[in-house]
Amino acid sequence: MLAVENLKVHFDVKNNRGVKTKLRAVDGVSLHLKKGEAYGIVGESGSGKSTIGKAVLNLAPKTEGKIEIDGRDITMTNRANEAWLRQNAQIVFQDPHSALNPRMTIMRSVAEPIIVHTKTRGHDLRRRVEELLDIVGLSKQFIYRYPHELSGGQKQRVCIARAIALEPSLLILDEPTSALDVSVQSQILEFLASLQRDLNLTYLFISHNLSVVRYLCQRVGVMYLGNIIEEGTTKTVFEHPQHPYTKALLGAIPYPGATQPQSAPPLIGDIPSPVDLPVGCRFHTRCPVKVANLCDRLAPEHHHQTLGWASCHLLDPDLDKVGGKPE
Amino acid sequence: MVGSTNQRTNLATVMLIQDSNADHVSESFADRHASTYRTLRLYARTFRRNTSAMFGLAIVVVFLVVAAIGPWIVPFPEDATGAVHLDIKLQPPDSTHWFGTDEVGNDIFTRVVLGTRTTLQIACIVTGVAMLIGVPLGMIAGLVGGWVQEAIMRVTDVFLSVPGLVLAIAIVGALGPGIVNAMLALSLVWWPGYVRLVQAKTLALKNEIYVQAAYSIGASKLRIVFIHILPNCTSPIIVKASMDMGMAILGAASLGFLGLGAQPPFPEWGAMISIARTYLPDWWWYSFFPGLAISLTVLGFNLLGDGLRDILDPKHRD
Amino acid sequence: MPDKPILSFIDFKLNFDTFDGVYQAIDGISFDLNPGESLGIVGETGCGKSVTAKSIMGLLPSPPAEVAGGGIWFDGRNLLKEKSSTLKSIRGNEISMIFQDPMTYLNPVFTIGKQIVDVILAHQKRGNHGRSLTSKQAFQYGMELLDKVHLPNPRRQMKSYPHELSGGMRQRVLIAMALSGQPKLLIADEPTTALDVTIQAQILELISELREQLNLSVIMITHDLGVVATVCDRVLVMYAGQIVEDASIKQLFNNPSHPYTRGLLQAVPDPAKPNKKLKGIPGALPNLLNPPIGCRFQTRCSSASEKCTRMPALNKIRTNQKVACWNVGTT
Repeated sequence: MLAVENLKVHFDVKNNRGVKTKLRAVDGVSLHLKKGEAYGIVGESGSGKSTIGKAVLNLAPKTEGKIEIDGRDITMTNRANEAWLRQNAQIVFQDPHSALNPRMTIMRSVAEPIIVHTKTRGHDLRRRVEELLDIVGLSKQFIYRYPHELSGGQKQRVCIARAIALEPSLLILDEPTSALDVSVQSQILEFLASLQRDLNLTYLFISHNLSVVRYLCQRVGVMYLGNIIEEGTTKTVFEHPQHPYTKALLGAIPYPGATQPQSAPPLIGDIPSPVDLPVGCRFHTRCPVKVANLCDRLAPEHHHQTLGWASCHLLDPDLDKVGGKPE
Repeated sequence: MVGSTNQRTNLATVMLIQDSNADHVSESFADRHASTYRTLRLYARTFRRNTSAMFGLAIVVVFLVVAAIGPWIVPFPEDATGAVHLDIKLQPPDSTHWFGTDEVGNDIFTRVVLGTRTTLQIACIVTGVAMLIGVPLGMIAGLVGGWVQEAIMRVTDVFLSVPGLVLAIAIVGALGPGIVNAMLALSLVWWPGYVRLVQAKTLALKNEIYVQAAYSIGASKLRIVFIHILPNCTSPIIVKASMDMGMAILGAASLGFLGLGAQPPFPEWGAMISIARTYLPDWWWYSFFPGLAISLTVLGFNLLGDGLRDILDPKHRD
Repeated sequence: MPDKPILSFIDFKLNFDTFDGVYQAIDGISFDLNPGESLGIVGETGCGKSVTAKSIMGLLPSPPAEVAGGGIWFDGRNLLKEKSSTLKSIRGNEISMIFQDPMTYLNPVFTIGKQIVDVILAHQKRGNHGRSLTSKQAFQYGMELLDKVHLPNPRRQMKSYPHELSGGMRQRVLIAMALSGQPKLLIADEPTTALDVTIQAQILELISELREQLNLSVIMITHDLGVVATVCDRVLVMYAGQIVEDASIKQLFNNPSHPYTRGLLQAVPDPAKPNKKLKGIPGALPNLLNPPIGCRFQTRCSSASEKCTRMPALNKIRTNQKVACWNVGTT
């Protein structure tokens, strides 16, 4: 349904000496989403996960790569593609407080995509907005309110109503719950799950919160420094992670329970800058099990398992194990 | 319930229908704008607590009223059009001539009151024209970017680097003295401030998530400008405009004082002071009352502007 | 609990005087913190957890903040009654605090070294150190502190500017500064919320390690139950300015008793049970300008009754567990 091939998004930046360099936010990512699937992208800040969402919607410039939605190639940004894309793919942003124009009533915010793309006006428009608010679980009384009169959860519902107004087939959710309190977050997650079932939507769910991704998504891709380093069904990735980064990431989540599960010691150091990427495997600077003289030279290939793949030299069956060993 | 809404043909009828039936979704104008009312009430409450802003508002209102009804309340209307009563020249304030009389025996009270209208007109026109030039330019610069922005901003910088009044004097000097030319000159030196303000605000708003959301919806550039960016720029523009009214009054008075603005016997405060200063200090009332009027209006607009900033700028609230 | 508590809140109430009326942020909270204990305060936005921490440090400007009753006792002294000079030497030396966004608390135009040295010298000026350091010694001490918080290459970091460090490193610098007065109590206000999980894990481990090494008492303020479970011994659950449950980690997760605590736990996706249906807590936080009288959770509580219009006391229902709810524990 959504196919992304070898997507690259590079930004020109100046370093502190004023020399132009490239920031490789996304560097060769391929994604294939089936219709009605919820696909999660997890990663830490700076991994480029949000940029993927923006590039798909043409809100960030693509350097290279091909994007197809529903079999339609939308890589070229011409007028027809643009109009089609805006009606068939929508995004919900992280911070509902700033995603709504403070000077517009809820009615106007939700109606905006309908006004822009269709000829619906007057009562039909009003009824459609009421219908949409009803779908997201808000009563009609909100219709003439302003965003500042709503709570965070209510605002996020309004944003979702706006996003589904034109019945898009693809919804990109960019950290939709991370600005919300847990009790509200769970309501929104529940709602998103039921919405997906009811409208047969395809979700591209971007988040740094692994538990949330696990809750909502069927498949997941783990991103590190502009690359997806492991992909598979949520169950496989979470229960049998292959890549050392995925393992570390999972081990780092604080577990809300009386007894802490045994986990590997936390990773050392910070994510390297995407301006100055490490040679070889991008994770080798922090990898606890790196193989000397290999990981810092050669980028690993994808090694397929039954329900997914990971790119790590240690998964290579032909690997001559010289240095470290997987735990 | 939906059906009843459906039958109505337009919103105007909805407003007019007095809905006595309790089952109906009665939606009066007040219902639909309840949120706006609440916001305005909050503004009003915040403003009322601000003593100096209320003081400023009072001054501005008084001068507006005086400007509106001036010609009907002044005791000697003909004194503003060049009458001469040399027998009563330079008389100190008394019960007939509240502010005294000038060197040709004209009532100063009359001339100050009638000068209000001129002054406020100049202020409004100068700020208005400056806004009309500055706001669109600022918005274009902020939105388009690139060399367009560079060009607009550098021209703005050039204008800002020359003291406004000096430039205005030069322009009036070239065009010839007169009230219209003075207004023109002031407007021409006033717009760069708005370009700066609006450009900065547009740059900030361009990165707001709701503007990005509008792009992702597919809204056109024009729609984004008029629906998303402009309405969110209005608060700082209103605040600056209110402050600028005061400054424009000062500017107009200065030009009048230099003999480049309104020409006597036209009642304009700056021009009055220009003549009156030769009569200082013995005939102090001649320059004192026009001067007081200038100070009060400028003070009033500045206090009002401060107060407006307090209520319109959310950073100062909470 | 054999030790005398190091910090006690006794029926502390705090209001904010706003344009719209009196915002009753804290409504009579009482708790003790024992020496060497690590106490978590959890709750959602608006529950008063940060306000509680800031009132210990005296960081709330008054007006609008206004203490409406009760007291905060630290080491036998009432923090609300002491002279401001005494308070200055307590805060920073004996109690110190770290914050969510370290960048806000570092001055971007000075080097890390300069800022640490300033903090060290300021602390010893207020006495309490028993030794007087020259600025060279203070620099040395600063490097030791950076080393203690495991910042790699302290000598180089002393010369770098805040923007050259990553978020995790900045938080380490702030922790080093907080330790410079050799405090007995460290208050951490959402110290890892702005950080990535792998970095969060590093910082949490550091806090646990320092706590053991220096015998610190820690108050950890967070919205993340996972963080609490990782570093704390005991948890206060706050809702709308009231403490609704005060329990050890074990009791909290095994026997959550207050309806709000239970709701909170059901709302968090459990990594171990991915198919668990999430339940939110219906309704919204009451407006604290005009809060419900009695238990403030009554408006969202499924088992609320008339009794709830009086505030229930924090009753001990088990070892290491106190709950403020009429429907719990009286059996």
